[in-house]
Amino acid sequence: MSRKMTGAKMIVEALKDQGVDTVFGYPGGAVLPIYDEIFQQNDIKHILVRHEQGAVHMAEGYARSTGKPGVVLVTSGPGATNAVTGLTDALLDSIPLIVLSGQVPTFLVGTDGFQEADTVGITRPCTKHNWLVKDTEKLAQTIHQAFHVATTGRPGPVLVDIPKDVQFAEAEYVGPKQIPASPYQPKKKGDLDAITQLVELMERAERPIFYTGGGVINSGPAASQLLREIVDATGFPITSTLMGLGAYPASGKNWLGMLGMHGMYEANLAMHGCDLMIAVGARFDDRITGRVADFSPGSIKVQIDIDPSSINKVIHVDLPIQADVGHVLEDMLKIWKSRGRKTNSAAVQKWWAQIEQWKATNCLAYTNSDTIIKPQHALQRLEALTKDRDRYIATEVGQHQMWAAQFLHFEDPNRWMTSGGLGTMGYGLPASVGVQVAHPDALVINVAGDASWLMNMQEMGTAVQFRAPVKQFILNNERLGMVRQWQQLLHGERYSQSWSDSLPDFVKLAEAFGCKGRQVSDPAELDDAIREMIEYDGPFILDVLVEKHENCFPMIPSGKPHNEMLLSPEAGAFTGGGALV
Amino acid sequence: MVLNIKQGASSHSAYDLRDPNAQIEERHTLAVLVENEPGVLARVIGLFSGRGYNIDSLTVAETDHEGHRSRITIVTRGTPSVIEQIKAQLGRIVPVHDVHDLTAEGPSVERELGLFKVGGTGEHRVEALRIAEIFRANVVDSTLKSFVFEITGTPEKLDAFADLMRPLGLSDQARTGVAALARGA
Ligand SMILES: Cc1ncc(C[n+]2csc(CCOP(=O)(O)OP(=O)(O)O)c2C)c(N)n1
Repeated sequence: MSRKMTGAKMIVEALKDQGVDTVFGYPGGAVLPIYDEIFQQNDIKHILVRHEQGAVHMAEGYARSTGKPGVVLVTSGPGATNAVTGLTDALLDSIPLIVLSGQVPTFLVGTDGFQEADTVGITRPCTKHNWLVKDTEKLAQTIHQAFHVATTGRPGPVLVDIPKDVQFAEAEYVGPKQIPASPYQPKKKGDLDAITQLVELMERAERPIFYTGGGVINSGPAASQLLREIVDATGFPITSTLMGLGAYPASGKNWLGMLGMHGMYEANLAMHGCDLMIAVGARFDDRITGRVADFSPGSIKVQIDIDPSSINKVIHVDLPIQADVGHVLEDMLKIWKSRGRKTNSAAVQKWWAQIEQWKATNCLAYTNSDTIIKPQHALQRLEALTKDRDRYIATEVGQHQMWAAQFLHFEDPNRWMTSGGLGTMGYGLPASVGVQVAHPDALVINVAGDASWLMNMQEMGTAVQFRAPVKQFILNNERLGMVRQWQQLLHGERYSQSWSDSLPDFVKLAEAFGCKGRQVSDPAELDDAIREMIEYDGPFILDVLVEKHENCFPMIPSGKPHNEMLLSPEAGAFTGGGALV
Repeated sequence: MVLNIKQGASSHSAYDLRDPNAQIEERHTLAVLVENEPGVLARVIGLFSGRGYNIDSLTVAETDHEGHRSRITIVTRGTPSVIEQIKAQLGRIVPVHDVHDLTAEGPSVERELGLFKVGGTGEHRVEALRIAEIFRANVVDSTLKSFVFEITGTPEKLDAFADLMRPLGLSDQARTGVAALARGA
């Protein structure tokens, strides 16, 4: 059967064949033929954003909460350049995205034509791969390949740049099954010798720890399930990066909480003092390691990662296992069981006693107030009032993000969307919209700071238009709080440009967008305000006026080792990790 | 606790048995086999500049016209861990099929082609020709006042040739960069 059609129609067909139900996009001259095709079909829903950066973050939220790739459609020139921040964000956090961009017709490429930009050149370093399609014959195949590359191996964003004449021209459509297998086939299974060595180490370890990251979540729900099984069966403590929250439940008995710059005291000290570190889909980011030379000096380090370039990049690893996390966990569990489920339980028990001592420091302690809302308290109330719901959390970037990671608890993977690697202010609002589009009946909350929220606030319009009842929970300190904190602690209290002047009235802003807003400043009214936000049938902005000068602790100043952590005055005395190392 | 790693216990290269803390820079010749698609060279070069790696020399040409494969030969330098990272990062580029570290994988041969223009008359001219003969360089252009020599060899041989020609009137040179192959079958 001949399936000759225009390039524009081919794009829509290819998306359908790839199982796409939603596209986030914004039209313009160079993609009009594609928009014409979108107009004439009903299978794919198009979410019209207000800014292309918003489209990419929405697609990220969609992807992270569903495990499916997110799809974005933008026009040439400014449409494509506006997508760059989102692409970089997705690259650093390994989020699978397919971005389709229009381009000037091939005969104008290179002439500085209207709205021409070297999109493949600009996006080469911020995509996993990208393509410029010069021939309609190759278009369908390239789109299928783009899905394969984005979702295979370590996931990431890809971009396909499509000149307008390629959209108009006709050619034969090929489906995903009709194209030759892609040569890009990263290895999935781990080396069994290496996994057996890991099991031997686990049997002998006296102070083991699992250090898990976003790779567990990217590997899929089965990996999280296996991780839970192995952690519970061995009784080893587990900590996670910001990106990996939810892979192991926060209510699990072996959970130490998040590690890293603003991680838990007990998690960081356990990392510092362990004798066996099992890194699972985590990449030793500098926010995790602190000063590299002093990072966990006495441990044997094992790293399981699908990306060989993540192994030995920052920290020398003694036993690297390059493979998909899920496959390795499965083999590891099998081998460990077949060898008799052994651990050095007496030593591990002693290790736990030490960890319990560190826990007693109560590193998240803060002084609450009945006159002013403390941001930590606001999050604790949000947690209490929403934890039993079908809940997804997005965040912006700053203190509120770290407090959210500390005070909200995640029981399942894919429930937590935050910009980890790039730290993109303006991520959370659009991400929350993307999540809500994918889960129309869920409770989707964006924990925001006032400054971050303003960076992509135009997407409130998208939320209203598409009836996405996202809840914007703004911890308003009228400051660029995280910047202010660094200036206070590290720059002699010179608060250079770190306050938010002339903030809008968020309640009026909500009304202007056609949704609802409320401001709350009295701790006594907080619960009622949160309840109103949750129960309101539509998008809602809750402007929570919080203490302006609260600091986020614990904190490991950059370049310091884990055992030189700053604690809040309220936390117990610093006991150091020295005893063990 | 100690880890008993058996050398060669694994079929993949992930066991890094060299001293991870070695700070001595090594020179490595890498052969990168790529899909000859637009932008692939830009990807490779962008990787080196974006991550701050060194390129001493780089050559590229299509070596399999039917399969559209090109071979990029890169001479780079770095500490052992940086070299490992370069290889892993190259391997991650989607159109890269294979990365071979010719320096680490056993003996290899390296050749470079150079063109050297030497101007001069009288004694200098005779001396230049004599040295060229010793180096087995060919004269590919000659005028009454100049020669262009063509010479093939290791980069070191070309360097030595240039050093000797300099006092004799070396005025210009063009070099291709290194092409390399592993020895044996
Ligand atoms: C796009 C972007 N610009 C600048 C920064 C640097 N930065 C990190 S946190 C922060 C302040 C965030 O303030 P706010 O959103 O109000 O959150 P708070 O820290 O007060 O909770 C800034 C400016 C960033 N992460 N992203």
